[in-house]
Amino acid sequence: MASVFEYAPAPESRSIVDIAPSYGLFIDGEFVDAADGKVFKTVSPSTEEALSEIAQAGAEDVDRAVKAARKAFEKWSALPGSERAKYLFRIARIIQERSRELAVLETLDNGKPIKETRDADLPLVAAHFFYYAGWADKLGHAGFGANPQPLGVAGQVIPWNFPLLMLAWKIAPALATGNTVVLKPAETTPLSALFFADICRQAGLPKGVVNILPGYGDTGAAVVAHPDVNKVAFTGSTAVGKEIARTVAGTRKKVTLELGGKGANIVFDDAPIDQAVEGIVNGIFFNQGQVCCAGSRLLVQESIQDELLDSLKRRLSTLRLGDPLDKNTDIGAINSAEQLSRITSLVELGEAEGAERWSPECELPSSGYWFAPTLFTKVTQAHTVARDEIFGPVLSVLTFRTPDEAVAKANNTPYGLSAGVWTEKGSRILAVANKLRAGVIWSNTFNKFDPASPFGGYKESGFGREGGRHGLEAYLDV
Amino acid sequence: MSDKSQKTERAERLSVFKTYKLYVGGKFPRSESGRVYEVTDSKGNWLANAPLSSRKDARDAVVAARKAFGVWSGATAYNRGQILYRVAEMLEGRRDQFVREVADAEGLSPAKAKSNAAKAAAVVDATIDRWVWYAGWTDKIAQVVGGGNPVAGPYFNLSSPEPTGVVAVLAPQESSFLGLVSVVAPVIATGNTAVVVASEKSPLPALSLAEVLATSDLPGGVVNVLSGRTAEIAAPLAAHQDVNAIDLAGADDVLAKELEIAAADNLKRVLRPQPVDEAGWSATPGLDRMTAFLETKTVWHPTGSLGVSGSSY
Repeated sequence: MASVFEYAPAPESRSIVDIAPSYGLFIDGEFVDAADGKVFKTVSPSTEEALSEIAQAGAEDVDRAVKAARKAFEKWSALPGSERAKYLFRIARIIQERSRELAVLETLDNGKPIKETRDADLPLVAAHFFYYAGWADKLGHAGFGANPQPLGVAGQVIPWNFPLLMLAWKIAPALATGNTVVLKPAETTPLSALFFADICRQAGLPKGVVNILPGYGDTGAAVVAHPDVNKVAFTGSTAVGKEIARTVAGTRKKVTLELGGKGANIVFDDAPIDQAVEGIVNGIFFNQGQVCCAGSRLLVQESIQDELLDSLKRRLSTLRLGDPLDKNTDIGAINSAEQLSRITSLVELGEAEGAERWSPECELPSSGYWFAPTLFTKVTQAHTVARDEIFGPVLSVLTFRTPDEAVAKANNTPYGLSAGVWTEKGSRILAVANKLRAGVIWSNTFNKFDPASPFGGYKESGFGREGGRHGLEAYLDV
Repeated sequence: MSDKSQKTERAERLSVFKTYKLYVGGKFPRSESGRVYEVTDSKGNWLANAPLSSRKDARDAVVAARKAFGVWSGATAYNRGQILYRVAEMLEGRRDQFVREVADAEGLSPAKAKSNAAKAAAVVDATIDRWVWYAGWTDKIAQVVGGGNPVAGPYFNLSSPEPTGVVAVLAPQESSFLGLVSVVAPVIATGNTAVVVASEKSPLPALSLAEVLATSDLPGGVVNVLSGRTAEIAAPLAAHQDVNAIDLAGADDVLAKELEIAAADNLKRVLRPQPVDEAGWSATPGLDRMTAFLETKTVWHPTGSLGVSGSSY
């Protein structure tokens, strides 16, 4: 299907962000080289351009950062909550001031469209710091007793799909509750965390309260295993989450894990079709489907399958894929060559297993990592594309006849992070939402986030909640 | 049971022994393994032969607990509270029996009332009161840990706690009744179902508690009680893919670590053992033992209102 309109390009200027040719580790308030001098390059996934060279933290650097955080903990935790609050408010304000710069930076390093970094990531990042800033001097009212205490040094490992937002989810509640942090950003998206280090400097945050250690999985493993880390927070794959759970076994470390998902988006025959289509598109193509709570399984009531799929395909044909810095772009680049090959092989497996693959006509740029929006029909529950998390722009469509069948199919996975319910019938929304084993249920909407709302999974999607009053518990001795 | 060894003038009448059995799915089976082990009182006198549960008993108990989960988690909190309170009523009626069993198990003499402050009786009273405390929580915990969230947008969302599922509970070793009830009641008060491994040395109060549960309107399978070697029964429970959480109260540090590693395979919620003495079990509990086995579900819905700006859609 040809696109309805041709748009002139509307690129955001990248001159607003000044990326240095190299960055060090951020330890005890200073940028320093890795002890063993190791570096790696971070690449723009849309062009494969090397953006910068980043110091790669090893075990020795982890130890140094934990020591700095431990030392800083004494004073930071002893500060009156009202003073910690002011630091967090400062950070929140500086993020707002620099949000255009950070949005461009995030788009360059991650490959997601500027429309999303500008309108979703950055506003939420600032909102998280504002939200938790206000908690810092009100912890006695949070329901964990009169004077809940911080845990100490928090070791935090975050993924590449929402680099700055996941940093905010981790750092804001940790600092508000009086902990200090050692955070490892993902190896493909370290830049916004290093820019955040500069924001900490501008805010006058005491040295050692926040330490940033870019690196690969082994760096993260060293952070998690460090004996002087009191709290581990991880967002990422279920496989790594299990490894972390084994690592912390038998220790006193408190741990929260936000892991994978295979969210069901359930559309009943009385759903508003146009709104549902928008929700389905948002559910799986937001951030190229690289979202743990993505609605990657569409469960559609059999009687409206044809109508819904027609609408959906028509809508997908209008999605614009290309330069992430173009303000008209809906679908950006896949984050890395590695992730692209994972998506590609799972999709090929889907075809080989007999599911029917469809994509809109879509020209992919010649350089960079790209994958066209993809839809699988004739999918059964046994198909790999209906069971495994693909973490890409790939939607599997299944059908159901009764609400009970919809619930049974939705719950038939080891995951339990998110689900969507589309129906005009209020009682059905409540009844179905009640039976779904998932931490977040979006009714007649999808992929909504807010710092005041707890987020997290059931079953193998991990444990603990981030956001809201619940998000404080992970960082308090309760 | 201790009175069977007492030689009295009325010795012509032999007392009737009880065969202690497991409690699985609302029924009282023997261990499928046919094994038993000797349970003695604190002085080493024989009290009874308790079932020595096997891995198969543990798996059967998980099946029963899973089957009961839908009914129990789906019951209203009010109904669960009523049933838990009914358990307390039954416990009160059997108070003397439990005083005897706790006295035997823990060497707390009920007879030396003045010198020993009637310790066993005090433990049983505290246990019954603990059960009543949790009975009252069933319809309040959601109000305390759930709530509505003020999101910045035309949506409302509500967070509510939900039971995590089947919980394996390793009851504390030293506190055979108060400790036991302190770990079992919070699990089921919140709508989970439980597979309980009784204190290895002193399982009799747990097995008798099962008789109380069976006559208290509690659906079969909500609580399943196994006796035997804690390490032997706990291993298959920690590794079981249909167990959602495990309370390691009754495990020592070495066993607890092993079990926590096994539990990572399906990311079970783990409550690590905390050092608690009898005095600790007497303290009024916080919410931790309930929240450890609760999930938070947040449900979003559009409101159609864009707030004070006056616009809407």
